[in-house]
Amino acid sequence: MTDMRDLTLMRGNEAVGAGAIRAGCQFFFGYPITPQNELFEYMALHLPPSGGTFLQSESELAGINMLFGAAATGARCMTSSSGPGFTLLSEGLTSLAAAQLPAVVVCVSRAGPGLGRIASSQADYRLATRGGGHGDYRCLVFGPAGAQELFELTHLAFELADQYRNPVIILSDAILGQMMEPVDSAGVPQQTAPEKAWAVRGKGDQPRKVIKVAPHTDEELIAWNRELKAKYERMEEQEQRHEAVFADDARLAVVAFGSSARIALDAVQRARQEGMPVGLFRPISLYPYPEKALGDLVRSGVRRLLVVEANNGQMVEDVRLAACGKAEIRHYGIGGGHIFSPDEIYSEILRSCRA
Amino acid sequence: MQDMEIVYQKPDAMTDIPFPYCPGCSHGTIHRLVAEVMDELDITRRAIGVTSAGCSVRNWRQFDCDMVMALHGRGPAVATGIKRARPEAVVFTYQGDGDMAAIGTGEIVHAAGRCERITVVYVNNGVFGATGGQQAPTTLIGQATTSYPAGRDPKESGHPLRMAEMLSVIAPESFIARVSVHDGPHILKAKKAIRKAFAVQMENRGFGMVEILAACPTNWRLDPLRSMEKIKSDMMAYYPLGEFPVRRKETRS
Repeated sequence: MTDMRDLTLMRGNEAVGAGAIRAGCQFFFGYPITPQNELFEYMALHLPPSGGTFLQSESELAGINMLFGAAATGARCMTSSSGPGFTLLSEGLTSLAAAQLPAVVVCVSRAGPGLGRIASSQADYRLATRGGGHGDYRCLVFGPAGAQELFELTHLAFELADQYRNPVIILSDAILGQMMEPVDSAGVPQQTAPEKAWAVRGKGDQPRKVIKVAPHTDEELIAWNRELKAKYERMEEQEQRHEAVFADDARLAVVAFGSSARIALDAVQRARQEGMPVGLFRPISLYPYPEKALGDLVRSGVRRLLVVEANNGQMVEDVRLAACGKAEIRHYGIGGGHIFSPDEIYSEILRSCRA
Repeated sequence: MQDMEIVYQKPDAMTDIPFPYCPGCSHGTIHRLVAEVMDELDITRRAIGVTSAGCSVRNWRQFDCDMVMALHGRGPAVATGIKRARPEAVVFTYQGDGDMAAIGTGEIVHAAGRCERITVVYVNNGVFGATGGQQAPTTLIGQATTSYPAGRDPKESGHPLRMAEMLSVIAPESFIARVSVHDGPHILKAKKAIRKAFAVQMENRGFGMVEILAACPTNWRLDPLRSMEKIKSDMMAYYPLGEFPVRRKETRS
């Protein structure tokens, strides 16, 4: 049998870039910041030869607004940053969401708050899932857990951005971004940007089009918000994604996303080998949070949830909402750039089982 | 009546929606000039305008071309994205002095520095108009505003920014000019400059920016006529008209 795989060894940051180009990304605007630079540089190197445009902006603020302009013309486009830069570009996220413009925005998290340090962290969970920009808006947020998923979910992000006319965020981190793994690109089709009837290109012989971030009347703004809300409800209904491991007969489930889920899996496997009824629940979509599946897990007999995340407690809020008081929730997280070891999570599983 | 010839009418590049501006405001005049230039250059069908925050935020209703609204100060970045994606389009921003000279300095400086093929119509009336007349970076020394009622004191808030001169240092190959719309002859000159600022983009020669000295009678607490006088006597004394950088051979008294 021939091997149908098409494997390339790459860093997580590069896998995002490869997924974007495979999805037909035509424009990349960005500003240097560690630990996302390999993605930025991958786009500088690979986007122009594939017919796209790379432009280094003077700030993340300018970059996201360039993205806004390119997205308004119907192009597939992306920007990426890390914590401090993501805060800046959040201004543009709310206007992309308001104008219902599709775009992909990547956050390769580092440790904050403030300028923080470049050590890996998951402290931007709240920033990515709750906005950062003003007003009622939501972005689809994916939390990949390895190079393959970074590649595939970035590819998917472009499709969903166009489908919903909404920005989609890829929440990565320094560990995932720097880690080298094989990426199989077989079966992931090369896409091109679809025709977008709403895009501005000069009106030609058609009625003119306006891409708005503000309506003209109070009534229009209320109607606009109603339309956005209906869209977010559709996303909540259709885009929940997760992975469950050893979940069938588990009494305790570790809940972790991204790099923490990779580390936690080791600890969960060890606990299983030792006969403990422990599973792993890994949210892949962070907004919408996979609350249906987590709710089912709790109803199916998981009594305790151990939330492991590389921050002081952010995703745990979503776990509480999803569990709705039906499970005991413990949180294990250390903010500021601490990297978990499997042993440490295993010890925490033991403590949770005994508690 | 039937054989009367039409000698003056609304430009085609303008919609039928009435202007929302105060009496004596210069935005109406400047909108009209931009629209006349669009007609003359026959670019309305391929023009994409970018609005900014401020009184002119609603000008997406006035220009009969594709329009994109930008957040406060970000017009030149949005226009950059549009132009890079649609090089065949004629892209312009329309920005006030709060939008460009205060919150949007980063975006305009770097758009000029990259020599983006965009046209910037920059309206300088020396105040934040839409929010009620606060001090702008362009407010003249001594001019009273709601945020500095005793008048602008350079010891406290520095000197007014001369954007045309600043940008001309950054982008010397581009077309950068300052004009005024306080009387008929100057309005005609202003139109010529706007036309050149579009031409430089269309000929792929560089970045085009026209700074237009404008009146805000409401926030200046002056009637429209006295406002026009103020442009001539006060604003033009600090903000000289002409092209920048000044070309020695072409300077005339």
